[in-house]
Amino acid sequence: MASEFRLPALGADMDEGTIVQWNVAPGSVVKRGDVVAVVETDKGAIDVEIFQDGVVREIVVQPGTKVPVGTVLAMLEGAAEPSASVGQSGAADGSPPPPVIAPAADAPSPVQPAATGARLKISPAARKRASELGIDVATLQGSGPAAVITLEDVERAPGPSRVKAEMAAEPRAGEGMREAIAAAMSRSKREIPHYYLSTTVDVTPATDWLAAHNASAPVAERLLFAALLVKAIALTCAELPGFSGFYRDGRFEASPAVHVGVAVALRGGGLVAPAIMETAGKSLTALMDDFRALVMRARAGRLRASELAAPTIILTSLGESSVDAVFPIIQPPQVAIVGAGEIVTRPWVVDGAVQARQVVTLSLGADHRVTDGRLGAQFLARVAERLADPGSL
Amino acid sequence: MNREQLAARVLELVTEIAPDVDPASVIPGIDFRDQFDFDSMDTLNFAIALHRELGVEVPETEYSQLASLDKCVAYLAQHVS
Repeated sequence: MASEFRLPALGADMDEGTIVQWNVAPGSVVKRGDVVAVVETDKGAIDVEIFQDGVVREIVVQPGTKVPVGTVLAMLEGAAEPSASVGQSGAADGSPPPPVIAPAADAPSPVQPAATGARLKISPAARKRASELGIDVATLQGSGPAAVITLEDVERAPGPSRVKAEMAAEPRAGEGMREAIAAAMSRSKREIPHYYLSTTVDVTPATDWLAAHNASAPVAERLLFAALLVKAIALTCAELPGFSGFYRDGRFEASPAVHVGVAVALRGGGLVAPAIMETAGKSLTALMDDFRALVMRARAGRLRASELAAPTIILTSLGESSVDAVFPIIQPPQVAIVGAGEIVTRPWVVDGAVQARQVVTLSLGADHRVTDGRLGAQFLARVAERLADPGSL
Repeated sequence: MNREQLAARVLELVTEIAPDVDPASVIPGIDFRDQFDFDSMDTLNFAIALHRELGVEVPETEYSQLASLDKCVAYLAQHVS
């Protein structure tokens, strides 16, 4: 059976990419997880994996071509239906994805027509704009209430001029990334009713534990505080519903697996937040290995598509920027984000006496459509409790 | 390895971890952190690279002695056999 391999979405803030290179040719046998192409995006060059087995029949999009998310890049032969239990399938083949990879479906897809037969729901402003841009509204998917097509859907749609394949211009990754961040954060502030909580936590037990661990562990097995925090967040997500998952089509879908994304600032400006996959089930050492590798690859511009699309919640740590606290903005379609400031030594009352302790301010930005402050407070408290007992992480 | 060779090797490793840094622009006397935001993750990756490439295992408590190119060379000159 023939099937299509489409350019996967990489979260809410990417809508196009330029094929840089194919690692396969017609006749190549591919299996799930193979990196088949390199795509230049606003987030740097991304390794795009395929999520089904098969044989490449045809390369549809040639290197140097910029195409919107959802474009058919290649045709596969003999590909089995992607297994529903495989979390990544939706990201690669454009079919309705299982919840775990929800961001794929969140980005506008020019290849998913609106439900046929149903009356087209579109706002007047959106219809006008679509006509100006020469966009066929029947090809749009609405993101508004009751799937109404909004002005934003039209603006984001690949219009004829944008669909037309264009050769890659001079690389302007910094500028493109700034635009991508602006789009995602504007959408977040516009759509998500955030609430913010923060708490300052005595993390001396964790920093003492880390110092002792790192003094005896081989250099390659040393840990950073952020690794403990990532694990504590993942375990708490697995315990308290409402923080790890995606808000789509007017409702929250919890993600069965927790993939904590880590915000990585890039020296050229901008940031990416690739995921440490299946975070809750990983040992600290394995988690740290993944974390280190992610940061290295993020800086080298070689992240994988699945890593960028996967986060179900994000940690943004400004621990080295000399700020006490972060008021983090959720990356849609996620519903929560945890921030951490710098670990500082402060006078702290322990057992009735003032001591010098290592403290950090943790914050939570969460979606009020899904959770309330009371549950959010519980979330931060559980993270703090886990950090107080680092040996259990 | 003499100091020049050490400096060249360190520069290679630093720019492997921070591929967006131009090796020619690195000022030997200024901390990496102040020049190009070398953070704790970069420092850890650097320590791992030093161990892998030069066989030197730098304790975490001595990371501050790796803060700049000059400091690295001085430190490694004592520890690389």
